[in-house]
Amino acid sequence: MILCRVIGNAVSTVKHDCYTGHRVMVCVPVQPDGHTPRGGEFLSVDSVQAGPGDLVLVAREGNCARQILGTAKDPFHSVIMSIVDEVHAPIDRGMAR
Amino acid sequence: MELARVIGRCVATVKYPTLEGVRLLVIQPVSGNGTPQGAPMFAADPLQAGPGDLVSWVTGREAALALPNTFAPVDCAVVTIVDHAWSDAAAHGVSGAAP
Repeated sequence: MILCRVIGNAVSTVKHDCYTGHRVMVCVPVQPDGHTPRGGEFLSVDSVQAGPGDLVLVAREGNCARQILGTAKDPFHSVIMSIVDEVHAPIDRGMAR
Repeated sequence: MELARVIGRCVATVKYPTLEGVRLLVIQPVSGNGTPQGAPMFAADPLQAGPGDLVSWVTGREAALALPNTFAPVDCAVVTIVDHAWSDAAAHGVSGAAP
């Protein structure tokens, strides 16, 4: 699971059938401070009604995504699984880089 | 799952039997606002996307699951053709360059 900020969304008409009815959000991985980016933007399917500006936890792994969203054979790769209220990570050990 | 712009097609005559009939695209990964992000890749296309289209793609086992034959040796596939995408990192409190 990685900490991300939702910064946008993507809308598609032509898509694999399994994506019908799901919202796809643009996410950027962030440091525990919630504001410093630590990787490139990617897309994630929403399961918790997250919106732009929300700090979220994302699983970028197919099995997690399929468990939450679909059947065993749907090509989901990434899912937003929680909206984060607060992160306590006071000690900077340089591990978050 | 990421966004990409389709920048070309790939034609391969000799291929593994389960890849027959599978279209191959050259895609350039992009960020939510269309800025190129990383190196171009080759992706299987079950959706009839074409050069210029904005698409989303998946990697790993999920790529083969997007194809009609789900037991194909594919590790990157297009899953949606994106009509519209937007993102604004600065407006949502994310600033600075990613490493």
